[in-house]
Amino acid sequence: RPGANTTAIMPAVSKGDGMRGLAVFISDIRNCKSKEAEIKRINKELANIRSKFKGDKALDGYSKKKYVCKLLFIFLLGHDIDFGHMEAVNLLSSNKYTEKQIGYLFISVLVNSNSELIRLINNAIKNDLASRNPTFMCLALHCIANVGSREMGEAFAADIPRILVAGDSMDSVKQSAALCLLRLYKASPDLVPMGEWTARVVHLLNDQHMGVVTAAVSLITCLCKKNPDDFKTCISLAVSRLSRIVSSASTDLQDYTYYFVPAPWLSVKLLRLLQCYPPPEDAAVKGRLVECLETVLNKAQEPPKSKKVQHSNAKNAILFETISLIIHYDSEPNLLVRACNQLGQFLQHRETNLRYLALESMCTLASSEFSHEAVKTHIDTVINALKTERDVSVRQRAADLLYAMCDRSNAKQIVSEMLRYLETADYAIREEIVLKVAILAEKYAVDYSWYVDTILNLIRIAGDYVSEEVWYRVLQIVTNRDDVQGYAAKTVFEALQAPACHENMVKVGGYILGEFGNLIAGDPRSSPPVQFSLLHSKFHLCSVATRALLLSTYIKFINLFPETKATIQGVLRAGSQLRNADVELQQRAVEYLTLSSVASTDVLATVLEEMPPFPERESSILAKLKRKKGPGAGSALDDGRRDPSSNDINGGVEPTPSTVSTPSPSADLLGLRAAPPPAAPPAPAGAGNLLVDVFDGPAAQPSLGPTPEEAFLRFVCKNNGVLFENQLLQIGVKSEFRQNLGRMYLFYGNKTSVQFQNFLPTVVHPGDLQTHIRLNVTKRVAAQVDGGAQVQQVLNIECLRDFLTPPLLSVRFRYGGTPQSLTLKLPVTINKFFQPTEMAAQDFFQRWKQLSLPQQEAQKIFKANHPMDAVLTKAKLLGFGSALLDNVDPNPENFVGAGIIQTKALQVGCLLRLEPNAQAQMYRLTLRTSKEPVSRHLCELLAQQF
Amino acid sequence: MIKFFLMVNKQGQTRLSKYYEHVDINKRTLLETEVIKSCLSRSSEQCSFVEYKDFKLIYRQYAALFIVVGVNDTENEMAIYEFIHNFVEVLDEYFSRVSELDVSFSNTVFHSTQQTQCSPSQEPVDELPRMCSPWSPE
Repeated sequence: RPGANTTAIMPAVSKGDGMRGLAVFISDIRNCKSKEAEIKRINKELANIRSKFKGDKALDGYSKKKYVCKLLFIFLLGHDIDFGHMEAVNLLSSNKYTEKQIGYLFISVLVNSNSELIRLINNAIKNDLASRNPTFMCLALHCIANVGSREMGEAFAADIPRILVAGDSMDSVKQSAALCLLRLYKASPDLVPMGEWTARVVHLLNDQHMGVVTAAVSLITCLCKKNPDDFKTCISLAVSRLSRIVSSASTDLQDYTYYFVPAPWLSVKLLRLLQCYPPPEDAAVKGRLVECLETVLNKAQEPPKSKKVQHSNAKNAILFETISLIIHYDSEPNLLVRACNQLGQFLQHRETNLRYLALESMCTLASSEFSHEAVKTHIDTVINALKTERDVSVRQRAADLLYAMCDRSNAKQIVSEMLRYLETADYAIREEIVLKVAILAEKYAVDYSWYVDTILNLIRIAGDYVSEEVWYRVLQIVTNRDDVQGYAAKTVFEALQAPACHENMVKVGGYILGEFGNLIAGDPRSSPPVQFSLLHSKFHLCSVATRALLLSTYIKFINLFPETKATIQGVLRAGSQLRNADVELQQRAVEYLTLSSVASTDVLATVLEEMPPFPERESSILAKLKRKKGPGAGSALDDGRRDPSSNDINGGVEPTPSTVSTPSPSADLLGLRAAPPPAAPPAPAGAGNLLVDVFDGPAAQPSLGPTPEEAFLRFVCKNNGVLFENQLLQIGVKSEFRQNLGRMYLFYGNKTSVQFQNFLPTVVHPGDLQTHIRLNVTKRVAAQVDGGAQVQQVLNIECLRDFLTPPLLSVRFRYGGTPQSLTLKLPVTINKFFQPTEMAAQDFFQRWKQLSLPQQEAQKIFKANHPMDAVLTKAKLLGFGSALLDNVDPNPENFVGAGIIQTKALQVGCLLRLEPNAQAQMYRLTLRTSKEPVSRHLCELLAQQF
Repeated sequence: MIKFFLMVNKQGQTRLSKYYEHVDINKRTLLETEVIKSCLSRSSEQCSFVEYKDFKLIYRQYAALFIVVGVNDTENEMAIYEFIHNFVEVLDEYFSRVSELDVSFSNTVFHSTQQTQCSPSQEPVDELPRMCSPWSPE
């Protein structure tokens, strides 16, 4: 068992070793009857320890260890400790394992950024790393990993790879080194240098020792995400390792056999590593892997080797990871169908955990074209799960799976089952089910009367959970499809007959009858007066918003059915409307009453004409479902990602940067940036300065240059210049872009006469930006920058997909002992990857028309912030990256441009038109691209330039 | 990927917590309270995986003690579920006749054990585990 060997490398905290004083102290504390008594006992002990540490008599290792232990215990009880660090550091250099271990434990728990101490600690670690004593080396490595601070990373990041791949390192040391390196890499990837060792790390997958292999797989899985190509050789090694494990007899691996399953966790990790890559290209490797996957699937059918639940759990862990890999490859129809059948068996398993996981995995299988049909065969079981499962989370998985397996053939069945489920569903998931039903009903509607019925059913069953998006959408669809309008009017009319109907039903009914009530007015049972009195009977029970909607329906009725005019005018004239306390209702009543009495029938008919069709766009319901599922749900762990460096909370806290602290744009919580900042004095007009100050406020304080945000904006239309400047530091940028690639030179100038220390500029990709744009530092800068000197850093940039937010540059250094840090937006915006395209007027207009969907266009009308100079405008547009097309726009004042944004994954064609209006000092900017977010983003970027 | 590892008793007191991603100390208390609440309210018929915000909780109960592991959504639930048991077995073996004093000073062991089993730890143990009952896997 993996656990068994850990005990072997950790010498036991033996009982005989007993620090009696400590035992007595702990039991004293335990026996304290009150908090006060505990504090009293602790204070007494603290005084005792303090006097021992200060005493003239030198303490022996044992006493030191004992007292440090007591301090640690007191700290862990929640009391502050402000001494004893030096004694703990002394213990590090002891040759006795237990003393050294307690020293390291204390250091790991109570790190202090006291630089003097850090130096001593680092020195002790260095000695232990060089000691060739494996237990000491492990302790040191554990300490580095536990502290994991930047300073320690800087001191040891280069040594650890060497220890990891050294031929003479013991297995336990290699294992610790791999995990330590993983920790450092996760904390500060830039500190871990890639190099010759990476190839040798991959070969650890072949190591004799399974513990080393396990640690190495974790490390490689993390490293290869950033540099997949460097670690590509791991595929074949992982496959052969996996194959050896999978085909080994159930006792071959001794310690690493868990209840007759060989190395389950290692197998899972190997399978996960393979999911970082596409299927192996080499036919032999691929064949061997497929064989492994088949073996795992076969084993699932064999009788279990043990009745213990641990055995089947471990086996199933491997099975589920195997299925994940099969789904990831999505290329072996045979395996996909087998996986589906296996999961189908689990759907009826008596273990809830397995049913849950089977439903979850099957959900991803449903989206593969190869297994979609196979998944559909389980529809009855899944529907049954939805009805009978006792655990809400399992039912939710079942609902998810039904949603995923739905297509035209089974939509009616699934929708009706989900509607039935909705009647008894838990409140927590009702809204999601409502959204899903609404989406499926719209997506797979063959006849729209079914769609209308479904949505009205939704409102009837779960009106409270039907959000605006859902009922807006049904109105849009009914408005856009004239074949369903009569049916819709008839159905809502019937639905409104119910004595108690949901307010959302009144809203939908009010709107539909106002627009299409005339289609059912021929029937005496739904004649205009009947329609009106039905609606008006609900009026008084409704909220203000609904009543406002109904008032609009009434004025539409006056237009549709002149015979109702007198009645409705009577209603509008009533004091409760004309003098309603709610301003909106009052206004509507007054205006509608006047409109109906003043306007002629023709005017009324024009004003109240039927609504034009709504533009087709992505269903707002779908967008809402995505939002609900999205990561924006709020995570308690979010903050960690934003600030990986502040990891010590118990011990010393790094003093916060005092003098220069440019808040990172993302952390601008107070919105200070939105308010006019102390701005540079307005630049003289036409001074050749492309970006004239946009803020008119008087300069509140002397400032060296533009704010970082302004500086960033300047770079939208140019590639070279000063990105940042304050009293200490100047950062200059030179950059060039071609196709989807770019290179950026960053120049850091030390404006002082004092050396900067620990100078460290790093590039940060907020969020998932890394999957959109890749920045590699090819030339690093030295950690010291002399006074007056300038250092250069080179970044290689590759645009993978379109992106909206720029990467960030974080610069940290020490100036005269004070840490400084600032975060800037790197001037890399999507328009940098523009390829200008020349085209004739005819082509331009043809393309312009092709991009006519509303979401492909973004438009902004805005006031000129700078003098409207045609030459400057031209320069900016060319700097922006597009080609300028002459003789295209009939109006010679206007500017028209075209270009293609090049990314690795796709190309986005862009057309733009800028119409200046000198008289009004306004511009109108229109962007059309083949990708919606790109249009909006480009439009925003460019609009800020004029 | 494992995000945190908690040991909480039935009264909702945290006995051991280990975070592999930075979480603010104030947020931890809140997180731990919510996490244990969502696990305690479940019956044995319910599955051992709970969706909580944007991650998943995987838990097992040993007598009065809950072990809860928070993972991201790419993690293999079953592997973690069984890993919890393996971890418990290792502790059981290490403290063959567990006494309160042993466990209250077992901090070091938790450190080393966890380190070798999952991935290097980021932060120190918050509180000493004070478990009175011997491990008795259900």
